[in-house]
Amino acid sequence: MRESPDRLLPLDALHRRLGARMVLFAGYQMPIQYDGIIAEHLWTRAHAGLFDVSHMGQLLVPTAEAALLETLLPGDIIGLGVGVLRYSLLLNAAGGILDDLMVTRRAGDLYLVVNGAVKDADVAVLRDAGVTVDRRDDWALLALQGPTAVTVLEALVPGVAALRFMRAAGFAWQGHDLWISRSGYTGEDGFEISVPAAAADALATALLADAEVKPIGLGARDSLRLEAGLPLYGHDLDPATTPVMAGLAFAISKRRKLERGFPGAERVMDELFNGAARRRVGLAVAGKLPAREGAAVFVGDTAVGVVTSGGFAPSLEAPIAMAYVDTAHAADGTALTIEVRGRRLDATVVPMPFKPKNYVREGAVA
Amino acid sequence: MTLYFTKEHEWLAVEGDIATVGVTDYAQAQLGDVVFVEVPAVGKVVAKGKEAAVVESVKAASDVYSPVSGTVTEANPALEADPALVNSAPEGEGWFFKLTLSDASELDGLMDADAYKAWVATL
Repeated sequence: MRESPDRLLPLDALHRRLGARMVLFAGYQMPIQYDGIIAEHLWTRAHAGLFDVSHMGQLLVPTAEAALLETLLPGDIIGLGVGVLRYSLLLNAAGGILDDLMVTRRAGDLYLVVNGAVKDADVAVLRDAGVTVDRRDDWALLALQGPTAVTVLEALVPGVAALRFMRAAGFAWQGHDLWISRSGYTGEDGFEISVPAAAADALATALLADAEVKPIGLGARDSLRLEAGLPLYGHDLDPATTPVMAGLAFAISKRRKLERGFPGAERVMDELFNGAARRRVGLAVAGKLPAREGAAVFVGDTAVGVVTSGGFAPSLEAPIAMAYVDTAHAADGTALTIEVRGRRLDATVVPMPFKPKNYVREGAVA
Repeated sequence: MTLYFTKEHEWLAVEGDIATVGVTDYAQAQLGDVVFVEVPAVGKVVAKGKEAAVVESVKAASDVYSPVSGTVTEANPALEADPALVNSAPEGEGWFFKLTLSDASELDGLMDADAYKAWVATL
């Protein structure tokens, strides 16, 4: 395991060449913004944004350990087809969420992408359970997101356009192996590209040479995923949150619901049938003042919840938030208020995503 | 009119006993895209070094401190309709509020433009 104190990522020099403002995130120096969050956000919605997400953990697990992996998360891993991605959740014994992750079955192994801030802890949980984990710390991870991502990437890596949402395959670029999935966390069509660290700068530079592509920082990544209604680990998800509370019951595969056998299954299935005490909801916030993480949510004088992610949505030009509220107040259309610095902002529970997603699904007409 | 600056990246333009307060170009660049500004109410008494306004960027909320003590006489009405003035004209149209100085000697401890520029260069 590599544990250098400064923890520079493979594209550090590139970010500095591009004039990024760097911040410490998940233990790494990471670009927060280049041109500005609003410009980068809107660029990604209209063109293609290149994100460095190399802080995330890339792990390989032997396919033979799929059943062992199923003792830690509620997805159908055994039945996963080759080249198919599944969103899943690493759970603790109480059904609380330790991380959210992507699992892909490849021809010879299972490929996991986990959150950067908790990847060391995830590896420890997996290894404690007897899972064989190979860390791909010498691979970078890029995300190319936006409506023109497909044409940009197809020009460099022919064949990627044939992938559909939540599908992945191996490709090559200038003699380097790439593992590319049609996925992301912005609500846009796009790709995540795993590339050997030594080739990452060259690949990123080649992508950025296309006039459709601009580098995008973590700031816009956060506003994009919030508009897409996607939860962020450490904010909207934590060990006290269950899949049902988080609105992520879709991550419990049908076979697993019948067989159970995942951590906290009894509690999670009880919540699935009888409801959880709290639910993650989307809130449209009236006015212009954003409500941030930690702001209390009220019905009248009664506190009924708390904001877990909130900010200004550049595409909607309005503040939006995710909050956990008591289930009695979680229905769409419910009028709530949010307290921000002593004032009450009117808010309404609205369906998520706030901004419709733009995925290219299997069977969809391109 | 005399211009003063603080290490917290506020500027203040003083004419007689009235000071106009805003944030510097350096500050707006650090804040990023400003989407909301909460300015103090007219008549509010503000104290040197205490929170007087709040700037919300896309990413976060940041306090703005009053560089001097005094009573607010005017808040910039243009910021409500166009908070991005803080980014486009931080040291002009994007001013925050005006106040009547209650203790002009507080100005003595502030920096002039050259001193502020030299200080920013060290950051």
